[in-house]
Amino acid sequence: MNDMTAITIPDGSKPDHWATDQEVRWCPGCGDYAILKAVQRTMPEIGTKPENTVFVSGIGCSSRFPYYMETYGFHTIHGRAPAIATGVKLANPALDVWIITGDGDGLSIGGNHMLHLLRRNLDVQVLLFNNEIYGLTKGQASPTSRIGTRSPSTPFGSVDQPVNPCAFALGAGARFIARGIDTAQKQLPEIFKAAHAHKGASFVEIFQNCIVYNEDVFAAFTDKKNAGPKQIWVKHGEPLVFDNGTKGLRLVPGQLALEVIDIVDGDISGVLVHDQTNRGLVQMLLELPFGDFPMVLGVIYQDPKPSFEAQVTAQNHSVAAGKKADLNALIRKGQSWTVHDAATHKM
Amino acid sequence: MATALKDNFESTAPRTNHPDAVVVRFAGDSGDGMQLTGGQFTLSSALAGNDFSTFPDFPAEIRAPQGTTFGVSAFQVNFGSSDIETAGDQPDVLIAMNPAALKTNVGDLRPGGLVIADTGEFGARNLAKAGYTVSPIDDNSLARWQVLAFDISALTLEAVKPFGLGNKEALRCKNMWTLGLSLWMFDRDRAPLIAWLQDKFAKNPVLADANIAALNAGHAYGETAEIGGALRQWTVDPASVEPGYYRTITGGESLSLGLVAGAKLAGLDLFLGSYPITPASPVLHALARLKEFGVTSFQAEDEIAAVCAAIGASYAGQLGVTSSSGPGIALKGEALGLAIMTELPLVVVNSQRGGPSTGLPTKTEQSDLYQAIYGRNGDAPMVVLSTSSPTDCFDVAIEAVRLSVQFMTPVMLLTDGYIANAAQPWLVPDMADYEAFPVKFHTEVPAEGKFNPYQRDPETLKRVWVKPGTPGLTHRIGGIEKGFSTGNINYEAANHQKMTDTRQDKILNIANHIPDQDIDQGAAGGKLVVVGWGSTYGPIRKAVESARAKGLDVSHVHIRYLWPLPKNLGDLLKSFDKVLVPEMNTGQLKTVLRDQYLVDAKPLNKVSGQPFKIAEIEAAIDAELARKG
Repeated sequence: MNDMTAITIPDGSKPDHWATDQEVRWCPGCGDYAILKAVQRTMPEIGTKPENTVFVSGIGCSSRFPYYMETYGFHTIHGRAPAIATGVKLANPALDVWIITGDGDGLSIGGNHMLHLLRRNLDVQVLLFNNEIYGLTKGQASPTSRIGTRSPSTPFGSVDQPVNPCAFALGAGARFIARGIDTAQKQLPEIFKAAHAHKGASFVEIFQNCIVYNEDVFAAFTDKKNAGPKQIWVKHGEPLVFDNGTKGLRLVPGQLALEVIDIVDGDISGVLVHDQTNRGLVQMLLELPFGDFPMVLGVIYQDPKPSFEAQVTAQNHSVAAGKKADLNALIRKGQSWTVHDAATHKM
Repeated sequence: MATALKDNFESTAPRTNHPDAVVVRFAGDSGDGMQLTGGQFTLSSALAGNDFSTFPDFPAEIRAPQGTTFGVSAFQVNFGSSDIETAGDQPDVLIAMNPAALKTNVGDLRPGGLVIADTGEFGARNLAKAGYTVSPIDDNSLARWQVLAFDISALTLEAVKPFGLGNKEALRCKNMWTLGLSLWMFDRDRAPLIAWLQDKFAKNPVLADANIAALNAGHAYGETAEIGGALRQWTVDPASVEPGYYRTITGGESLSLGLVAGAKLAGLDLFLGSYPITPASPVLHALARLKEFGVTSFQAEDEIAAVCAAIGASYAGQLGVTSSSGPGIALKGEALGLAIMTELPLVVVNSQRGGPSTGLPTKTEQSDLYQAIYGRNGDAPMVVLSTSSPTDCFDVAIEAVRLSVQFMTPVMLLTDGYIANAAQPWLVPDMADYEAFPVKFHTEVPAEGKFNPYQRDPETLKRVWVKPGTPGLTHRIGGIEKGFSTGNINYEAANHQKMTDTRQDKILNIANHIPDQDIDQGAAGGKLVVVGWGSTYGPIRKAVESARAKGLDVSHVHIRYLWPLPKNLGDLLKSFDKVLVPEMNTGQLKTVLRDQYLVDAKPLNKVSGQPFKIAEIEAAIDAELARKG
């Protein structure tokens, strides 16, 4: 008998431990490649193991993601990844569960599940790839498409009001909300690490460029030339400044509204300091109208509460404590009587 | 107080005060506590050693407008010294708490049967609500029956007077007064009921005392009223049954316990994902309380989330279960396809109700058989089992778990609203008599090459079950067509053919691992076989029993395994000259049998929301045997 080759199981310490042998089938130039790369770069830094990690997705371009991660993966059905992930996490809370979804999958067909996953606060990371279009079905308007979006299903322009994913998440009761951009390779891993470290549901919206059906829809703030004046990366405890420190956000005196001010000679007096636990401030930041204001990015909200599976497990344990799981006794409960041979009866 | 007794019944019915069996129906407003009264009366029958079967029949509205016909709630119990298999074709006794209850129920009463009516509720307003212009008690329209009409309301108020309750609260004790009278009529012990009331109203002793006083007053009324004639005591002997430990159990309870037992025999924790729906909710309620048995219950946001969470739990290594009724099962359809595609265990309980759409939420039907066998997109075969009675649910639930984990497949378990709510005495089994079927998760890392999550057992074709968290076996599964053993995405023509065939063969092969179809009564090769499935068991059994007693050549086959069908079923059916299929739908099993075996199965259909009567099936047997050809 030949010597058995020792079986080596990748420990996840290198990005390539997290890549599968499957050919990636997104369109060349798709923003999904960049997000995949960022996730594979993040995983070794998190220190978790591939076998303890589960990627769950729904349907859509983004939802092919699990096939490319050398972890446990479940490519489910349209919109239902949050529901499947809930079962996975409740059955085994030790697993590190990531949900990959898109604007159609997560906010249209699966909007209800997303709402309930966030309000229950299941300890998972939700990465929502927002490209404001249905890619896999060839370019129809999505629930995040801006009014007037022309598509095969809206040839004269869409007329319905889009949903703001992060504002929706806040309204649903999410305790961690972040925004990133597919190409932001410096910031994305930091966001993913923060999302992973957060106990409870972490909601991360990633602006993702669909080069085929909605190219450059985010160019107004993602183009290199626009990055400075049109992106504000927020950080807890730091002033809300952008454009190389030349602009800042402050409250309009006497009003509950924000305005952009110029910062002259580094004088940041009056500029708001970001407080990621201040729900009121967060609400305003998430709903700032883009154009007059920059796009707010980074970890915008984080205010942890106990997670759903932790509470379910705790209740299961406390209710079961001291009780014996005696099946024979269980099925004998209730109103009962014994029939003896002579057909006499008693309780 | 006025006591009206009309004793001018026709003499068509056997009049004995020592019958083999008696059928009593309690009917009243949905707020009158008829389900409770019936349930307690049933318990007293159990304690008296009778065999019994019950039929709760209540409206979908929780508190429909008082006094209306659509707000009537009824509970029928058939109890006796003989083998009881149905809740009875026709009540012998009807207790009607108001005109609406009388109007909607009296037509079912056996000619000569006894009506007990509360005249206190027969005022002009209630009569009008029930659609009577004249009180039926006064106009001789009830001449076919014996009528005992007296003011139960006033008698109850009188009995509970010492406790100082308000009028409304005092009248609430009417059902206990009625129960007391019923206990007297059948010579039942009041002590267990008194103990039950003391326990139920432990926090409000005044209410406990008032209800007990009402119960005693009703009992005393029977003893002392000396009405004679219709109001008399009946003696129903204990049934001669197998000795042992018995309890009363409803189908919902029995099914829940069976699922827990099945999970334990498989060595798995149980995860229930469910969404409230009538008449399936009792399963959710029962399992939510059993945490010490390794049960996690999850009330999901909708039916789809409920099944998806159960699939997620199965994927993670627990036994995923979801429970619903037809409309909910329809919503779960796509996810069932996912469970079939990913070849994960899953038990899906369908407590069927009248359909389509919202249909008749509280009424029974068995019209989801097509949905169970065929109701998914693509060629999506799964195992389908059915339960035939409340007590049968326990073993069928265990069997559903066994097939699901041993063959890595979703299993649909069909029960119905009648079984879910009906109660029977149950000879409680000993779990030590059940053979365990422990699940073995796959953990072996291949020495070389990639791990293939769809590697299969060559005989059963089931794939391996790997729990996430197992080192070295990371893999991806999903709803897209997969390569035969790798599980990788594969759109090739030949592969899809092979995978579709494999999924089908895996399920059909289960026929080699289930018992052959047995014959409930009769023998192969006769003139007529009556084939049923589900809750028609009781009426078919009784009808065939009766037909055979008359010397007719008729047999009864009752199918538990609906997909795949038992291997011998085709030959068995073909051995008979004629096949009759009674079903509470428009002929679904009939179609399946014709399709599978080319047998000339004749349908007998009923979709009234009510179970079959024995007489209806007997009549069909007679007609079928008389038919030429």
